[in-house]
Amino acid sequence: MIRFIARRLGQAAVIVAIVAAITFALIHLAPGDPFSAVLDNPNVSEKVRETLRAQYGLDRPLPEQFVRYIGALARGEMGWSFSHDLPVREVLATALPNTLLLMGVALVASFALGIIVALVQVARRGSIIDNVLGAISLFFFSMPDFWLAILALLALTYWLPIFPVGGAVDPVMHEYLGLGGRIVDRLKHLVLPALTLTLLASASVARYQRAALLDVLPADYIRTARLKGLTEKEILRRHALRNALLPIITLIGLSFPALLTGAFFIERIFAWPGMGYAVVNAIGTRDYPLVVGGVIIGSIMVTLGSLLADLLYAWADPRLRSH
Amino acid sequence: MASPLLSIRDLRTYFYTESGVAKAVDGVSFDIGAGETVGIVGESGCGKSVTALSILRLIQPPGRIEAGSRIDFEGKDLVTLPDEEMRNIRGNRISMIFQEPMSALNPVFTVGDQVAEVARIHAGIGRKKSWELAVETLALTGIPAPEERAKQYPHQLSGGMRQRVLIAMALIMKPALIIADEPTTALDVTIQAQILDLLVHLQKEFGTSILMITHDLGVIAETTSRVIVMYAGEIVEEASVTELFARPHHPYTEGLMHSMPHIGHDQERLNVIPGTVPSPTNWPHGCRFRERCPYSWDLPEREHPPLYDVGAGHTSRCHLAREPQRRNHPHEPLVVQEGVGAA
Repeated sequence: MIRFIARRLGQAAVIVAIVAAITFALIHLAPGDPFSAVLDNPNVSEKVRETLRAQYGLDRPLPEQFVRYIGALARGEMGWSFSHDLPVREVLATALPNTLLLMGVALVASFALGIIVALVQVARRGSIIDNVLGAISLFFFSMPDFWLAILALLALTYWLPIFPVGGAVDPVMHEYLGLGGRIVDRLKHLVLPALTLTLLASASVARYQRAALLDVLPADYIRTARLKGLTEKEILRRHALRNALLPIITLIGLSFPALLTGAFFIERIFAWPGMGYAVVNAIGTRDYPLVVGGVIIGSIMVTLGSLLADLLYAWADPRLRSH
Repeated sequence: MASPLLSIRDLRTYFYTESGVAKAVDGVSFDIGAGETVGIVGESGCGKSVTALSILRLIQPPGRIEAGSRIDFEGKDLVTLPDEEMRNIRGNRISMIFQEPMSALNPVFTVGDQVAEVARIHAGIGRKKSWELAVETLALTGIPAPEERAKQYPHQLSGGMRQRVLIAMALIMKPALIIADEPTTALDVTIQAQILDLLVHLQKEFGTSILMITHDLGVIAETTSRVIVMYAGEIVEEASVTELFARPHHPYTEGLMHSMPHIGHDQERLNVIPGTVPSPTNWPHGCRFRERCPYSWDLPEREHPPLYDVGAGHTSRCHLAREPQRRNHPHEPLVVQEGVGAA
């Protein structure tokens, strides 16, 4: 088991390194640089431009810049964010918890919702309820994430102004609230982005879970469960679900990248100050170190997520546990 | 005689398929007394497993037990019993052992948990008590080190051990009737003998009735006292084991017996009954066996035979009971050697 984890961590390191290199190359190949605005200003003299470029090492050949960047990274330095005028580490350290909160809530809520929907569908398979829920799942499954986010924004902040338009907390009032008030304020801001992500992700969970349950139901051990005198509900919840959850665990690992990219769009639309928001803005301002740093953290999250899902699978299936 | 434990009258279980109504069980009646072991024998598709599942009312759509069928058990008609009461009977008063010990256990729960679950449902006892009872019952079935075994998962046990677990599951509530559907088919020959011995032993110890369903006359001879032979959805012969083996009446039973290999007889090929079981969506009119029968004449073609009483509690659904002299003049051999004369 330990060797398995070590090997997977080694693979993860290679993947992260490749992703970092590609991102580094791509963002530097994009036209413009962090000082475009300064450089395009005719009032700034050639001397100042050269000084600025030299100061940040941007006048060096790209391979040299890359080696320097990797060297710094090895020492734990992620560079300086031009747009925030702060170390990249600090920018990401503020953004990461917000993204983890949003993704975590969406992950738990979407799997819970998706599994419940599938159970209801399978308990009444072939009924109107099954078909209606199936159609709703398909609707959210096919919906582009940014479009649903914009609709949710329009519906619940403008037509029915229940929730705040954006941000993670109220920009003015938050500081003056007590602990309870602050929590309520945070939750109010969390609802819309988390709801959007949850609805999108739960649709695929429900569809997979329904199929997995239907796969399991003809099994002989389900007949054994009926023979014991269990009710159909108990059979579904205990004997069928426990087996049908195994393929869904794999889906957790697979949904990490989808949730992360979904979070990028949704953070942007709801101005949620997370990783996605920071990186998307950094791309616009050609804030090279912040873009590469953000992508590195993102790819670490994705690879760790899939490792976690594999470990969870091995733990949940007794046939794999002993190996 | 006191009223029997289980009394089935005119059981008809039909499957409404796209290619027609399959009359898998078509008017079956028999009794099982308390403490009695009854065997049902017949080839695949004769309706023996559907009969078993009908008793527990585990027929899944498109199958249905037809109105007019009666299954009386401990003073209740199982055909019309409300679902909740039926669940109280399953695993509690009537339990069942399946053919496939490999797939009949849930792979993600320990075997102890799966045995204990039956007691949790029916005895209303908690986890700890039911676990202890499960370990005790596993010990009864001859599983060595039951405490340790109970904590294992099905994939960690051999086929024979898993069958013992299923027997423990069937036994834990001390039911009045255990239905064993091909309980040894998937096992090695030596393990088969052990499992049959175990069933016979437990039956004697607890006085449980057993309905043994099998295609293997050897299993019938070893374990049961009375035999029902099924063919094409109906009972074709019923007698005590000794009577049936000594004087088989129905040509189908005769054919079954001749197709058993015998130790000491040098034989290159096994004997078989020519032809196959007809389709349940379209049973032949008249006698359902007549197309495969060496004695058939015009009467079986015209008239569906009733169960004739042929003496000594022996019944047979064959018109030979009316015209016994025809048995001396088969117009073709009763059985053929496989691959030699079947065409």
